[in-house]
Amino acid sequence: MISVQKDDFNQGAEYEKLRQDAAGDGAIVTFTGLVRDFNDDGSVSMIRLDHYPGMTEKSLMNICVEARQRWELGQIRIIHRIGVVEASEQIVFIGVSAKHRKNAFEAAEFIMDYLKTSAPLWKQEGTASGMKWVESKKSDQDALARW
Amino acid sequence: MIKIHFFASLSERLGCSNINLEYAGEHTVADVKQRLLEKGHNWSLLNEQSVQVAVNQTLSKFDANINDGDEIAFFPPVTGG
Repeated sequence: MISVQKDDFNQGAEYEKLRQDAAGDGAIVTFTGLVRDFNDDGSVSMIRLDHYPGMTEKSLMNICVEARQRWELGQIRIIHRIGVVEASEQIVFIGVSAKHRKNAFEAAEFIMDYLKTSAPLWKQEGTASGMKWVESKKSDQDALARW
Repeated sequence: MIKIHFFASLSERLGCSNINLEYAGEHTVADVKQRLLEKGHNWSLLNEQSVQVAVNQTLSKFDANINDGDEIAFFPPVTGG
């Protein structure tokens, strides 16, 4: 299931839901991304996320389809927040269940790597000198080479 | 009619988040971009190497075919996660 939402999420509740739905699976891997309170130039108080309504969800769905073609997986849960998110708050959640842990670990990383480079989401950081658009990182593109 | 969206820093720098163009037989995204470039100097931002494009909410290339009724979006590289 995919959610693109303004509201925060309860990581524990998401894990419990995955566990209930993951009958027969032997592993659940979750990743929770937080908003850092710094960037290369100084402190960051909050971020604001823009998205492309419809395409963001569609692109996350496509990433799940791709992951399922590569690994045998049970449940996949993706939550990405949009709008204003304060420093240290949760911004993204990935949960993957599978019969075997290696599949769940790898799929979770794969989903995150592709989310960062292909899902239409854009961050602005609130800095001492105002709102600044975040530049895409070459290291994020490079991470795809692994897959 | 072609619906065109612009997002994030690109939308901000263009001062435009969406625009509708009457379909005039354009074959590709590049043709549509050319029409936008003719709107004025500021639109040359669309020529920047980093600009990405989606057709009907799927990441595409500038040589992708388009038709009347399509939705096209231009945006900078994504930075979610």
